[in-house]
Amino acid sequence: MLELSSNRHNPGIDPALHAWGWEIPVYLFLGGMVAGLLVLGGFHILKGRNDPHAEAYPWAPMLGVVLLSAGMGTLFLDLSHKLYVWRLYLTFQPTSPMSWGAWILLLVYPALLLAALLHPPETVPFGDAVLARAKVWSRWLRMRPRLVQAIGAANLLGGVSLGIYTGILLGSLGARPLWNSAILGPLFLFSGLSTAAAALHLLSMLSKRQVKGQFGDALLGGFFKLLDPKAGGEAMLRADTSFLTIELGIMALWLLGLLTATSVHREAAALLLSGDYAPAFWALVIITGILTPLFIQTAELSGKIRHTAAPAVLVIIGGFALRWILVSAGQTSHW
Amino acid sequence: MSRLAMVIDTALCVGCSDCVVACKTENNVPEGYCRDWITESVRGEFPTVGLEIRSERCNHCTDAPCVSCCPTGASHVHDFGGVVLVEHDKCIGCKACIAACPYDARFGNPEGYADKCTFCIHRVEKGLLPACVSVCPTHCMHFGDLEDPESEVSKLLHSRPNHTLLPEAGTKPNVYYLTKG
Amino acid sequence: MNLFSRRRFLRITAGTLAAAGLGPALLGGPRARAAGLGGALQTIPTFCDICFWKCGAVATVRDGKLWKIEGNPKDPLSQGRLCPRGTGGIGATFDPDRLRRPLLRAKVRGEEQWNVVSWDEALGFTAEKMKKIAAEYGPEAMGMFSHGLGGNFLKHTLKAYGAVNFAAPSFAQCRGPRDVGFRLTFGDDPGSPERTDIAHAKCLVLIGSHLGENMHNTQVQEFAQAVANGCTVIVADPRFSVAASKAKHYLPVKPGTDIALLLAWMHVLVKEKLYDVEYVTKHGYGFEQFAAYLEPFTPEWAYPETGISPDVIRETAREMGRHHPATLVHPGRHSTWYGDDTQRSRAVALLNALLGSWGREGGFYIPSSMELPGYPYPAYPPKGEKGKVDNPGKKYPFAHEAISTGIREATITGAPYPIKGWLTYAVNLMYALPNQAETIKAIEALDLLAVVDVIPSETAGWADVVLPEATYLERHDDLNVELFRDSFIALRQPVVPAPDEQKPNWWIAKELATKLGLERYYPWKDIEEYLGHRLAKGGYSFDELKKNGIILGPKVPRTYEEGVEPTFETPSKKIEFYSTQLQEKGFDPIPKYTPPDPVPRGTFRLLTGRAPTHSFSRTQTNPLLHDVMSENEVWLNAKEAKRLGVKSGDKVRLKNQDGVVSELVKVKATERIRPDCVFMVHGFGHTSKGLKRAYRKGASDSQLQTRYRTDPLMGGTGMSMNFVSVELEPS
Repeated sequence: MLELSSNRHNPGIDPALHAWGWEIPVYLFLGGMVAGLLVLGGFHILKGRNDPHAEAYPWAPMLGVVLLSAGMGTLFLDLSHKLYVWRLYLTFQPTSPMSWGAWILLLVYPALLLAALLHPPETVPFGDAVLARAKVWSRWLRMRPRLVQAIGAANLLGGVSLGIYTGILLGSLGARPLWNSAILGPLFLFSGLSTAAAALHLLSMLSKRQVKGQFGDALLGGFFKLLDPKAGGEAMLRADTSFLTIELGIMALWLLGLLTATSVHREAAALLLSGDYAPAFWALVIITGILTPLFIQTAELSGKIRHTAAPAVLVIIGGFALRWILVSAGQTSHW
Repeated sequence: MSRLAMVIDTALCVGCSDCVVACKTENNVPEGYCRDWITESVRGEFPTVGLEIRSERCNHCTDAPCVSCCPTGASHVHDFGGVVLVEHDKCIGCKACIAACPYDARFGNPEGYADKCTFCIHRVEKGLLPACVSVCPTHCMHFGDLEDPESEVSKLLHSRPNHTLLPEAGTKPNVYYLTKG
Repeated sequence: MNLFSRRRFLRITAGTLAAAGLGPALLGGPRARAAGLGGALQTIPTFCDICFWKCGAVATVRDGKLWKIEGNPKDPLSQGRLCPRGTGGIGATFDPDRLRRPLLRAKVRGEEQWNVVSWDEALGFTAEKMKKIAAEYGPEAMGMFSHGLGGNFLKHTLKAYGAVNFAAPSFAQCRGPRDVGFRLTFGDDPGSPERTDIAHAKCLVLIGSHLGENMHNTQVQEFAQAVANGCTVIVADPRFSVAASKAKHYLPVKPGTDIALLLAWMHVLVKEKLYDVEYVTKHGYGFEQFAAYLEPFTPEWAYPETGISPDVIRETAREMGRHHPATLVHPGRHSTWYGDDTQRSRAVALLNALLGSWGREGGFYIPSSMELPGYPYPAYPPKGEKGKVDNPGKKYPFAHEAISTGIREATITGAPYPIKGWLTYAVNLMYALPNQAETIKAIEALDLLAVVDVIPSETAGWADVVLPEATYLERHDDLNVELFRDSFIALRQPVVPAPDEQKPNWWIAKELATKLGLERYYPWKDIEEYLGHRLAKGGYSFDELKKNGIILGPKVPRTYEEGVEPTFETPSKKIEFYSTQLQEKGFDPIPKYTPPDPVPRGTFRLLTGRAPTHSFSRTQTNPLLHDVMSENEVWLNAKEAKRLGVKSGDKVRLKNQDGVVSELVKVKATERIRPDCVFMVHGFGHTSKGLKRAYRKGASDSQLQTRYRTDPLMGGTGMSMNFVSVELEPS
């Protein structure tokens, strides 16, 4: 029996670490989804001329910009010394994933904006003059295939970096045994990809039912076209199924890694597998977020059941739960 | 080069918390927070009990994860003695360093920056001992340069059994605890 | 200001500093600013008042604001290092809960409803009430309770008024039994600060005395020194105390059986002739009877009583014998446990006598103090026929100080004569005296309860008038001229001004005297004139004292070896192994063991003690000390906790044998305590609404101590007589 007591009582530290509240999981979730959108978008651009649906891809990068901004907003909200945030961009700290992330986030913006510029929408509810100018630039860009390829590559690379970084951010913190694995990088990337595919999928489902008005029509109609089961939609469904399968595999490897490491790592894994966080982990992440959508999507693809929005919603719930639970449980885990 | 270290004799420490209070007054640590603290570790079954009392704080690790994870360089290793410090005006309050410390030695100062023990570098640079060491009624705390084989801390570590906290975390801490024997 | 051995440290760092090319250049940077450095520093020596030890200290004021306080290296008590309470003492000055202005009771007593009034009104009210009491019942009906040096001037005013009943709970609720036990044996008491030469002890025996947790600075410093020097520490305690963790031998003695253990130890020492034969022969009286009396008290006899195996008793007795006379059996301090405490303390004294430690190095040194005449005041009014109320008819024949609970009893009963007014100074009677209901009953019989204090204690909550005192860092006090290893005169002087309308006790005492028409008893204008006069008469420099905080006396011999002539102020003029004066008064001439009351089923004996970060019930709102310890816990044996289904951190209530239920208190389930008792630190669980920061945090042992057993020798109140059950909160 070891009996430990301490008179330390620092807020946010004791009795268990609580440095990060809701902001960081939300940021990691949004960042992951943006990473997925970047990868998917970049992939489409690279496929370029050969893809008959590439023209129908105007809003994904714009959605990415919105989500990225929201994510950076929550990240900023989390900072406790906000006035000094500019300090991030006076330096580059090669050992700090946070520093890498700050720069990646900054570089991802132009990539997303350029991708958006490649396919400007036909109409917008306001700012027609800007749109007109954008269309001029867009034409200019599209006349330069190598530049288009470069933008595609930048989106793909940016997406992969962003996705991996959101995982490494936690994985590099050796003080928290639950997080302490580089495999969190690919895990978060594939989770991001699955949530991005699900988001696109979901929007396409919604667009079929209740799209009203010109702007909404343009927004969701584009996705509908992209995700039409007869065209790119089925591809997206297949992609999502692959992402989820890979995510599940990586998750298994990660937990296996923890279970075969030191006792503190085993205790950390136990937090998820059998401890305080187990109900949420099993119910939300594994069953709701991965197994059920996999099952439904497989059935859908084989034509056994009708196409619904359910798997997409579940994947998004699962992707968010993964980050929420990991951030919370990871802070509880300790040496 | 020099390597400042603290050597604390658990055989003498009574856990009175004078070190904690002195740190609070010396460094104006805000109410409700502490940069050092007392941990009591009890092993055995009554009445055959072993009690180790430790005055704990930032370990000023040689491989400090709080420094390597800092995105702005606010968390840094001071040129003198390898002391780990935080430059308040560079800290953005991202809390990565707080999560990176296996000892939970850091906290968010209410003013926003990451805060922790400085080994009282402002005193040390004047030739004074850290406040905690200077007040300890049991004289159980020692401070000095490990690079100097003649220093009190070097000699104590050579002559007495000792341990650091969580050596398995691989951070190479520089606060040592002498044990009985 | 370098308060540490600079030479030693510079040897370590000077080279490295120079090599790094750093040093002062770095100061004043942003980090330094953040650490709050810079600014005009001023250091002022004074002495601490967070406990009665009165350590010499040096306060640092930065830009007029109190920054920190450290030990005064010139002071023999602190030796340059304060305890945590002393270091955190500055918190008392910025405690938001402290009293600010004089208060007059607005409604019913105890409801803590006040009118804020001027000093003139508050003191006028007090003086009028006192005059009325004197007129109706005589000035003897006015009693005073105080703690510490700060009460001197108020006592002077009350003596001038004609009061005779002055008491401090530090006698009947604390060290009284110990002092009497030692007086009966050696003719002198262990003193305060205790005359224990712990630093040089080769064997130190602690019986329930938890040095390190009770933070009497010099003692703890010397304890650590002794441990570092390899002193054999023997601890007998129902709880595995911090001191026990430093011990070679830990004896988990059953509560209330210490006398059995002491008798068995003495039996072994005598039987095996391990005692100091020469010392005992030369200085002892009645040793033959004593030795014969010990015959049946073998370790085997003591085993079922104490739970300590005969082997361990023999081994520890031999350890003591091996190291004598440098074996110090610590006299303890808070010794009011079971009602037979004087006899237990006498047994401790006798064990020391056997080991020859009294007057010897590593035992009890002979203290000295400086000679300093008092202020030449006019003579007090002649005392009447009535005498004092606390010990009528010398009911407790060996009480040499007034019994606080005796005054309380007289207040309730009106016998031998009524007590109608209480003035309290820096003492929270509600927490210091056992059985709060009796204290309230007494208060309700009063015409006047005037409370002088720094914080709104529970007792202040019952007062008619509350007089807010400046903290020790904001006032002068009388000089500290104490009996100690080294003699000295120490000065308390203000470091910062009081923030509101708080006044120093000397001012309150002087103004009250003026309102009573007794101004002739205060011939001095202010305290500096008083102190200057005393010092000048003694031939000392006030300026030097202001500058250094302390004047040291010459070194004098402190042990018999160094040449002190052994004298014993007992009837036989010797160390009394057999006490004829006890025998004459019908008490046991040699301590007798009586088994303690059995612990009722389903309950635990409530034991209490100290934490190093708090003094009594006086410091719980101090922001710095509250930060380190904000509540107490109830220590419960880990297996008992498991049986009851509670774990560390769970909140429970304790219910005592009389149905009194405590505030919610956290459980500390631990292997560090016997299964038949629980332990908590005294002074928490405050119910005074004014003590906002500490209000209802932790539990109050005082509230649960409804029962007490009075020591027939001196009137001390044994309080470890209460049994509690652990009541789980329905979740």
